[in-house]
Amino acid sequence: MKIAFAKLKVQASLLLLGLALTGCATTPYDYGNYRAHFPRSILVLPPLNESTDIKGSYSYLSTVSYPIAEMGYYVYPIVVVDQMLKENGLPTPGEMHQASLKKLREVFGADAVLYITLKEYGTKFQLLSSVTRVMAQAKLVDAVAGTVLWEGTLVAQDDGGQNNSGGGILGAIINAAVKQALNSSVDHAHDVSRFANRQMMNENGGLLYGPYHPKHKL
Amino acid sequence: MEADQMKKVTAISFSLVLSVLTTACATQPTIYSWGQYENIVYDTYNSPGKSAPAQEIERMEQDYQKARAENKPVPPGFHAHLGYLYYQVGKADAAREQFQAEKAQFPESAVLMNRLLARLGK
Repeated sequence: MKIAFAKLKVQASLLLLGLALTGCATTPYDYGNYRAHFPRSILVLPPLNESTDIKGSYSYLSTVSYPIAEMGYYVYPIVVVDQMLKENGLPTPGEMHQASLKKLREVFGADAVLYITLKEYGTKFQLLSSVTRVMAQAKLVDAVAGTVLWEGTLVAQDDGGQNNSGGGILGAIINAAVKQALNSSVDHAHDVSRFANRQMMNENGGLLYGPYHPKHKL
Repeated sequence: MEADQMKKVTAISFSLVLSVLTTACATQPTIYSWGQYENIVYDTYNSPGKSAPAQEIERMEQDYQKARAENKPVPPGFHAHLGYLYYQVGKADAAREQFQAEKAQFPESAVLMNRLLARLGK
């Protein structure tokens, strides 16, 4: 328990550090800009990949549409978007993230753009157990004004049930308690990505309900 | 302080696990019928052998039938993605139909769909 708690503190401080690096630690819960520029449609760009797995970017991307659409937004078709950006001379996520909002709005007509940076993606094999961990930073930007509407750190890890105390002070770390389902997958981190992304659906600090959701209110 | 924090953390992680479990659970009502969409996107990038456009079209048409049987809409981007696959195999009419279906279901897609429709020509 003591060890688990120490580990927890390390994770929490890592998270705080991550948030401090992205700018302001209080923005995730301040929905002022979000409500003022409430988007109907969200363009998700392929994530910047700072993890050690070269497949990370697109594996993670495939799990992003679900939570955003189920929160009530129109999500642009990610394969089509990726293909069009590539055809327009932007072959990598790094270059796509540099594209001007004006251009993105002109080509896709999006109200807001979601920029994701994948920090961790993969499994660390240890002597007695392995830990699969996915962490991404996400930032939703208004495509007209360029203001940040929302940002959050999305984290999930599965340590095979070794440590049940997973959790962060900011509520950003979970233990994916679905070992059976997860172990059948070849790309374990892909499954864990789903759990990381579902934090966008968290009523505390996630996205607000969008226009296609029954709970949406202006 | 530590005990308090711990309690809070436990409560948060419990609610997260709970919400994760309920959202992951197939019986939880979703707005859309997702079928294999996430896996199809995943395979596009990670198992190119499994994702020739013709095969993906088949998987998506199956999903479409399933969604209709469930009386649920397909998710945003579904028709656009399927239309793009038809475009890749040279079936312009089928592609056009799908791009128009996307636009009808989600007017937010109009700018992009008009762009793709223009590419198909008249």
